Amino acid sequence: MARSAVMRPPVLAEPGAGVYNEKLGIWVFLGSEVMFFTALIGAYIILRTAHPGAWQEPGEMLNVPITAFNTFLLICSSVTMVKAFAAIQEGRQKHLTLWLLATVLIGASFVGVQAYEYAELIHKGFVPSEGLYGSTFYTMTGFHGFHVSVGVLCLIFVTFRAWRGGYTAEDHRGVEVIGLYWHFVDLVWIILFTIVYLI
Amino acid sequence: MTTPRAGTAAPHVGDLHPHDAVHDHEPSFLRKYIFATDHKIIGIQFLIMSLAFLLVGGALAMMIRWQLGYPGQAMPGGTVLPETMAPGGVIAPEFYNSLVTMHGTFMVFFAIMPLLVGVFGNYLIPLKIGAPDMAFPRLNMASFWIAVPAGIIMIFGFFAEGGHAGAGWTAYAPLSASPEHSGVSLGQQLWCVSLIVLGLSSILGATNYITTIINMRAPGMTWFRLPLSIWALFVTAVLVLLAIPILSGAVIMLLFDQTIGTHFFLRAGEPLLWQHLFWYFGHPEVYILILPAFGMVSDIIANGSRKPIFGYNSMVFAILAIAFLGWIVWGHHMFQSGMNPTLGTSFMISTMLIAVPSAIKVFNWLGTLWQGNIRFTVPMLHACAFVSMFVIGGLSGVFMASTPVDIFIHDTYFIVAHLHYVLFGGSLFAIFAGITYWYPKMFGRMMSRRWGLIHFWLTFVAYNLVFFPMHNLGLGGHMRRIYDPNQYEFLQPLQGLNEMISISAFVLFTAQLIFAANFILSWFKGEKAPMNPWEDNSLEWTVPSPPPHGNFAATPVVYRGPYEYSSPEVEQDFLPQTLRLPTDRPPAAASAGD
Amino acid sequence: MSWLLSPGASTYARDIDAIYYLILVITGLAFVIVEVGLIWFLFAYRSRPGRKARYTHGNNTAEVIWTAIPAVVVVMIGIMSGSVWTHIKGHDSVPADAIPIGMEARQFEWHVTYPGADGELGTDDDFTVRNQLHIPVGRPVVLHLVADDVIHSFFVPAFRVKQDAVPGMSIPVWFEATTPGQYEIACAELCGLGHYRMRGMVTVHEPEAYEQWVREASTTVAAAR
Ligand code: HEA
Ligand code: HEA
Ligand code: CUA
Ligand SMILES: [Cu+2]
Repeated sequence: MARSAVMRPPVLAEPGAGVYNEKLGIWVFLGSEVMFFTALIGAYIILRTAHPGAWQEPGEMLNVPITAFNTFLLICSSVTMVKAFAAIQEGRQKHLTLWLLATVLIGASFVGVQAYEYAELIHKGFVPSEGLYGSTFYTMTGFHGFHVSVGVLCLIFVTFRAWRGGYTAEDHRGVEVIGLYWHFVDLVWIILFTIVYLI
Repeated sequence: MTTPRAGTAAPHVGDLHPHDAVHDHEPSFLRKYIFATDHKIIGIQFLIMSLAFLLVGGALAMMIRWQLGYPGQAMPGGTVLPETMAPGGVIAPEFYNSLVTMHGTFMVFFAIMPLLVGVFGNYLIPLKIGAPDMAFPRLNMASFWIAVPAGIIMIFGFFAEGGHAGAGWTAYAPLSASPEHSGVSLGQQLWCVSLIVLGLSSILGATNYITTIINMRAPGMTWFRLPLSIWALFVTAVLVLLAIPILSGAVIMLLFDQTIGTHFFLRAGEPLLWQHLFWYFGHPEVYILILPAFGMVSDIIANGSRKPIFGYNSMVFAILAIAFLGWIVWGHHMFQSGMNPTLGTSFMISTMLIAVPSAIKVFNWLGTLWQGNIRFTVPMLHACAFVSMFVIGGLSGVFMASTPVDIFIHDTYFIVAHLHYVLFGGSLFAIFAGITYWYPKMFGRMMSRRWGLIHFWLTFVAYNLVFFPMHNLGLGGHMRRIYDPNQYEFLQPLQGLNEMISISAFVLFTAQLIFAANFILSWFKGEKAPMNPWEDNSLEWTVPSPPPHGNFAATPVVYRGPYEYSSPEVEQDFLPQTLRLPTDRPPAAASAGD
Repeated sequence: MSWLLSPGASTYARDIDAIYYLILVITGLAFVIVEVGLIWFLFAYRSRPGRKARYTHGNNTAEVIWTAIPAVVVVMIGIMSGSVWTHIKGHDSVPADAIPIGMEARQFEWHVTYPGADGELGTDDDFTVRNQLHIPVGRPVVLHLVADDVIHSFFVPAFRVKQDAVPGMSIPVWFEATTPGQYEIACAELCGLGHYRMRGMVTVHEPEAYEQWVREASTTVAAAR
């Protein structure tokens, strides 16, 4: 049992959260991320209820099909992330690396599609200065995209480390931590997609 | 992002001694003092940084006071300032606005907040809970080295084209969002960027504190054996974690309004939205600025009166209650803003209720002093000054909480008086108490008591002469943030009072230089500090001053709360948390893992 | 250095002042209790050789007392304040017979628009004057407060009235002057580098003098057009 002790709370201490520090830490950190998006989404809701006229019908300006596909991509990347974690729990390092690689690629393509979408919209003349619609759209989706990009960068680091055999069945904290962050970013997107594109 | 820690070979030691490896060989100067991961060094780094910014904020205040005491007269040495700020040494209106804005900004974000959270959070948490260091030492280092550039960016604003931000520390939009109306563009943008960067630093710090306190308490250090300072810092960290991102979000939108032409807070959007977002962060923020002070003062008063803290549980409850209520009162800053008046009434009630937990704390401090055996150490004097001054600030808050009275005193010097009574009389006195109390532990030397007393009395008297009359200015209708009160006939009679305040302010500032001197000289010349100069029960006093890297030779085991002073069980009038009496059973966790 | 308020010159000034004095007394009392207790304890229980402090962890009845009393007091203050507040700023607090006047704040002056002879705003006999507000005594007026550029705040200390003017909003502000004379209008919200000199004047006339002023002003302004 002492072998996998790193994946459990610190020993020789009062009972705490019942999980190891990195896991507790990322949960706490995600708490602040929740508040950050609360600020952006809250502002969006207030502005939209105060100025309904400033928004266009769903699909009129935004390309919903492409974004729906993008949403699908991100959900897939969450699945591959789960696979990766399952793999290393059983110590299958090779599979871990492969699943992580898949997650990186899908995540990166999400960012790519979003960049394409932006280019389209700007070409159509829909820019951040385009009324409250543009202001809120670019701020919310932009910061989500930023979070995905950061996630991809960290994933690349983790993947590299995995490829070097840095994670074992006993100690794979990095994988679980980045996984939690990744699922969070995915969740945020599903909310954004609903309120920005569909409503 | 947290990435796994290297070198956790031996799990047991691994988690309690995050970087055992470092123990063996002496780390290089750079790793030890500059890019340090030791929470004690980082705490001291934060101390030096924030004291420097405190000095900056104070210097700005002196210029404010010169202009208000002697409007339109050339400031002594003012000619060294560029023409754009003070033509011929006379402070210009737009520069005055920047002075006020930056005074508030530096004091709140770069002096008091890092002093309370950055310094004492870092230094005290691991020591007082019996941990060798923070949960994430490298993240801790990052949080300091992110805060530094934030401060530098904020300083740079003064040299920006068009002057520094001048819309007040509250940066109300649309003024802050529209250069065409404020004449300031780059300055305000740097203000935004700086606060975004600083926010990241605070969030990383808070994550670290919360994780550390939850997961790394020594065996026997149960939640209700935690020193109140740790309780306060824990709750504060939660407030930081949840409030700062709101500010970041709002400031980012403000920055976009200025740079990429969005309309969030402009006429086309909702100017009041900025105020709602800012104060939804802002009121929790002011409790971030007082809760750690509550905690440290509780520790120091119990120690100074050689008595257990009175009503420990209700003290903890009060901290939690204040932190919770702090989230539902933000509207009290917006009573006259055009916000729905019915909302005003509900915000008034919730605001009033905060007087209750605050009362609990005040009376429990008195209860602690009652029938004590009080030692008038310098920190104890500052702690008692804190109690008496915070009460004034708190009570003036009740006037403003009353919506009709606030109609008259909103945006007058009554508010300025209030905020200085809570922030200087409250937070800063507690900080002086904290610095003088833990200085021996931090630097292994005692501060001079004589100069400590001189600094205390000068500060206490001058401070009251500066800020108490501001209540009366406010009741005379004196608006805040005005460059020249004499523009108004009804304010001209108050000029004498303004001048008196300014003179006292100059004395106050000079008194602070005594503190600075005492602080710096004692570092080199002060007499060597014993392990436990104040005969305190808490864990940090069971290790040498200053404590070694890794803090504790062996994981300490805790048998009781931190306030067992004058216990009948022992001869001496204090009973350390780690002292095992024949009757004590070791806690379960002490034998865990083997 | 006085804690008394300067004499008010509007009908609700006395209500506001009453609450203020009530709070002054209550908080004054709390202040004295705390400070006297503090100083007394510090003196009476100063450390003396061979003495040991009393070993106690608290007292529940005491906790209950100093929780309950402040709670009751502040809620009482809250309720009393609430009624005055709704009377002054509540949703439909504006008296029906109030004279409507347009008040536009802009960097750094007040533009006052009078309804003219027909007593209605938005008609073409309206006329606008800079920084001069003229009102009759003993008759409520309602300002429709708007801002042109940034947030300002309409503040007449003598009337105990203060209200922010927000771009994109029109906020009704009513008051009724009780004593003829001249009073200063101040801008209470930081609105830029001229904030400190954004000053106006209220002149409170006897009713007939007011009528006369309106007639003269309308003609002169019309002539100016
Ligand atoms: C450390 C910071 C701090 C703290 C602790 C507080 C505490 C309180 N503040 Fe303060 N406040 C500020 C910092 C702080 N404030 C700042 C910086 C501003 C200005 C912002 C700006 O515009 O620039 C401000 C502004 C401000 C306003 C807005 C005023 C305006 O702009 O018009 C209001 C209004 O309600 C208010 C109320 C209160 C109240 C009710 C408390 C309460 O928490 C106080 C409770 C304490 C007590 C009441 C005393 C102890 C109790 C007793 C002794 C029991 C007996 C008491 C009674 C029976 C009443 N504050
Ligand atoms: C904790 C916060 C804090 C502190 C300590 C102070 C301290 C002081 N403030 Fe502050 N003030 C604010 C926070 C603070 N202020 C805020 C938030 C505002 C509102 C801003 C706004 O309206 O936007 C404000 C506004 C404000 C105004 C109103 C301006 C206006 O509305 O036009 C005035 C006017 O007199 C003023 C004066 C002073 C003075 C004379 C001091 C003096 O106490 C200063 C004395 C000097 C010091 C405290 C420095 C001491 C230095 C050391 C101890 C360093 C030691 C160094 C080493 C050891 C290396 N302040
Ligand atoms: Cu207009 Cu201040
Ligand atoms: Cu507040």
